Amino acid sequence: MSKRTRVEGRLWVLNDPDGRLYDDIDTDMIFHNRYLHITDVDQMGQYALDNLKGWEEFARQAEPGDVILAGRNFGAGSSRQQAVDCFRALGIAAVIAESFGAIYKRNAINSGMPIVAWPGLTDQAGHLATGDRLEVDFESGRVVLNGEQVFQAEPFSRVQMDIYQAGDLFAYGKALGGE
Amino acid sequence: MRGQTIVEKIFQAHTSGDRPVEPGRIIWLELDVRSARDFAGANVVKNYRRHYGSAPVADKEKTIFTFDLVVPPSNIPYANNQQICRVFAREQGITVYDVNAGIGSHVALEQGLIYPGSTFVGTDSHLNILGAVGAFGQGMGDQDIAFAFRTGKTWFEVPPTMKVIVEGELRPPCTARDLTLAVMGALGSSGALGRAVEFYGPAIEALDLAGRITLASQVTEMGGIIGFIPPSEEVLAFARQRTGRDDIAGVYADPDAEYVETVELDVAELEPLISCPPNPANVKPVREVAGRRIDSAFFGSCTNGRFEDLAAVARVVQGQRVAPHVMATVVPATREVFEQMLRSGVLETLFDAGFIISNPGCGGCASGHLGMTGEGQVQLSTSNRNFPGKQGAGDTYLTSPVTAAWSALRGEIAVPEVQQ
Repeated sequence: MSKRTRVEGRLWVLNDPDGRLYDDIDTDMIFHNRYLHITDVDQMGQYALDNLKGWEEFARQAEPGDVILAGRNFGAGSSRQQAVDCFRALGIAAVIAESFGAIYKRNAINSGMPIVAWPGLTDQAGHLATGDRLEVDFESGRVVLNGEQVFQAEPFSRVQMDIYQAGDLFAYGKALGGE
Repeated sequence: MRGQTIVEKIFQAHTSGDRPVEPGRIIWLELDVRSARDFAGANVVKNYRRHYGSAPVADKEKTIFTFDLVVPPSNIPYANNQQICRVFAREQGITVYDVNAGIGSHVALEQGLIYPGSTFVGTDSHLNILGAVGAFGQGMGDQDIAFAFRTGKTWFEVPPTMKVIVEGELRPPCTARDLTLAVMGALGSSGALGRAVEFYGPAIEALDLAGRITLASQVTEMGGIIGFIPPSEEVLAFARQRTGRDDIAGVYADPDAEYVETVELDVAELEPLISCPPNPANVKPVREVAGRRIDSAFFGSCTNGRFEDLAAVARVVQGQRVAPHVMATVVPATREVFEQMLRSGVLETLFDAGFIISNPGCGGCASGHLGMTGEGQVQLSTSNRNFPGKQGAGDTYLTSPVTAAWSALRGEIAVPEVQQ
């Protein structure tokens, strides 16, 4: 194991205009289709969440090491890798959600972007606020809020940890002796 | 060995070793076709060149590009991205289904590239539409696809399977789209999250291929990995004809296969349905929003862009004209569909009714082609997503071709009646 398996950072709780944890944030809200011609990862961060109501300024406020929290089915919709890469470009340390869209989950795993599923998160959301400090352990799924409250999320799956440690899918494939 | 579901059987036949394929296991899946489109295609090429240089793809016969979103390109960035793909394809000897072909998943079905029991991946999140013929299709990101181009395989976590049984007989004016919306309403946006779905019941068995495509295309919006419709004789005959192979057989679940959940619904008393903003799962009876003035109506997409869908529109509007304030746009799914429209008279009927008819492609789904909305605009669409801002600032409602056509004539959302 070489890469860190526990991160701690400033929290962004993605609430909707009613103050509830946002469900079904789709890839057009994360990285709108008008930017899909962009192939340079460094250019992607500035557009992160700019089609998500109330979060249009997120990209200018986020800092490397921050942690994002969202509701159910985060990353629903299209297969665009940019919806993951825009957070990598910003240096986001982890995205935590009640659940993830299936393709989004793969794209995050393949690019070594840490995502953590937290079943039951919606019920706990009242404890969490933007600006809190959150620590998450990828191996155990243990989440610590402001150094005090402890919660349990899902640990990385084996393939997720293997690819994360290798760096990305390409490095993982080469490490397996294939490609 | 325990009985297997359809996805488990297809995966078992596409992975090495005798170890049973079961939910939760991660396998290396062999891919019969891997593809990229004009969205993400240039990113695939970029990833490929960075990691593999000029090394050949695993099998050029099994690797394709399909351009279907910005066709022909209406802006310079997409013209550039498409050309990046073409140049790579020439270097590698890969076939390009270029800007005149139509929607990649539909082209793959028509060309016999995909058939019951086969596997197909690409950069289109609706590739699981291939569940309509009992094949495994899956949309993936550009890293996944670059890896698949080079290796011919991908890792995949075997999903659990749920069963959806649809009882009753679907009756006009309801269509396969209304059935699909009924399933969407029952499951919601994450009712199939991370799962494969298998569809059964008399209403499913009665669906023609176009109707099966409609249903399968919306499993993504239910959160599902894929929805399989066990192939009928019509589907098998289509696949055999298109592939030129008479040995093609369907893959069907074992009687003792295991399912995580079974959902049942009945469409005998179904009324026309519509997805209202802000997402596809917000399904209501059309009558609840009837009377709302519309500015535009879009007919097409991978969900309802088949000839059967557009012929149904022609039957509704025959001899009439769309309301003067309504911009009505038709985008056939493929060039083959366009030809059927041309030769059958459907094209003329739609032209006479005042429709704008474009070359084949995806339409406005990802602001690629036609079907954008301006602020305050109300659009009816037979497409598959209406997330806020996706096609522009307007409000998009998703409904059947029949309801959309009926409404376009009247200039407002209207409940279709059965025509004599």
